[in-house]
Amino acid sequence: MGMKSDEKLIVKGKRLDGRKPDEIREIEMEVGVIPNADGSAQVRFGNTIAIAGVYGPRELFPKHRQEPDRAIIQCRYNMAPFSVDERKRPGPSRRAVEISKVTRLALEPALFLDDYPEMVVDVYIEILQADGSTRVTGINAASLALADAGVPMKDLVVAISGGKVDNTILIDLCGKEDNYSEADIPIAFLPRKKEITLLQMDGQLTQKEIKDIIKTVLKAGETVYKKQKEVLIKKYGK
Amino acid sequence: MRPEYVLKLLENGERIDGRKMDQFRDIKVETGIIQRAEGSARVKIGKTDVIVGIKTGIGEPFSDIPNMGILKTAAEFTPIASPDFESGPPRENATELARVVDRGIRESECIDLEKLCIKEGEKTWEIFVDVHIINHDGNLIDASALAAVAALRTTKMPKLEDDKIIRDKLEKKLPLSHTPVTVTVGKVFDKFIIDPIKEEEELLDSKITVAVMEDGKVCAMQKSGKTGLSLEDVNKMIDLAVEKSKEIRKLL
Repeated sequence: MGMKSDEKLIVKGKRLDGRKPDEIREIEMEVGVIPNADGSAQVRFGNTIAIAGVYGPRELFPKHRQEPDRAIIQCRYNMAPFSVDERKRPGPSRRAVEISKVTRLALEPALFLDDYPEMVVDVYIEILQADGSTRVTGINAASLALADAGVPMKDLVVAISGGKVDNTILIDLCGKEDNYSEADIPIAFLPRKKEITLLQMDGQLTQKEIKDIIKTVLKAGETVYKKQKEVLIKKYGK
Repeated sequence: MRPEYVLKLLENGERIDGRKMDQFRDIKVETGIIQRAEGSARVKIGKTDVIVGIKTGIGEPFSDIPNMGILKTAAEFTPIASPDFESGPPRENATELARVVDRGIRESECIDLEKLCIKEGEKTWEIFVDVHIINHDGNLIDASALAAVAALRTTKMPKLEDDKIIRDKLEKKLPLSHTPVTVTVGKVFDKFIIDPIKEEEELLDSKITVAVMEDGKVCAMQKSGKTGLSLEDVNKMIDLAVEKSKEIRKLL
């Protein structure tokens, strides 16, 4: 963050990969990719690939962690060692611990957890390839995996990152844009009620810029929402 | 009751999915799937699904072999792959798998490690082989070893400029000399079995994993499982592994 890039990240209103500022990368989604899991999905935004597996609702151990009136959700966000340029040492980093937590909080409002007292829903996210916006890609995969597992949901969860680069508001930042952005804001929300469930920010922005970014993300979210629904309908029919 | 039924079938030399005892499931090998990695492969054997990524780094050679490159193999049994896997540091099975895969590569002299030394005693390339299990339905070692070799064969080394790695400039291929193929043979009752699914694997009495060279020479072995084996059994199992390795080799 805050570093200066040697090359211009935006030239004549176009980004390095030719996108317009409010354009998301090519998206690919697939559900049911892990036979062992109760639900699973693989999601690609450009060169960022996340795979999510859901196990549960299943009984939670140790028992003292059980909630008598609802299920709990546990999340694990993990980057594969080969997902980044400089090999990542296996095992959870402080960053991964935090992302796991905010991912859980981003998903939780979408679920009817009180249908499953004393149970747990485990959500595992593996980043296979990282090119920016990994946590939001992971959340989109997790949303699909939860639906694929048949966990009752109020809505799907859609997530996209926004940010500011060279004084321009951008969404769905790729790795380079992420590294050199003046600010970035990952956002997750439940599209039907536009309920925001993940909001983080690094960098400096005016209030107006923040509002603009959120608005742009919510709008672009419609495409992602549509795509999520499409891939589920394709598997499960109307 | 299913395990008992599976066991009963095995006793008669039959399998729940109708395969012959020495028959592999369908195997798919896909390479170049992770662009961030210098080499990569995804291997699916039936429902078993494994990704291997190869990364490179620069390190200091070990003092006892100052002119050799460094190979490091690690495996993560991420909880995404099975309801039985838990989060946390690699446990026994993951560590064993990584070491068995490593041994096949190392002992076959698959990678020409001498060519990876940059300055004797000071600087060398490090090759990281990372095994990531996506779905576990038995026979993880054979799948991982195959993915590792397939990934190594597609690995390109990044450019080195003033001892700095230029990651977006991949140059020549990773120098390789040999291609080991790894096959595990299990034993249950008096029967030998290849490529067990998870349910079968849990019922096996013992297993031998054998890494085989191009010429049929064996370059690494690992016995596991709860019961001992006679010399006669060991010989038969090695023979079968060498025989089956020819089928797998065709996939590379």
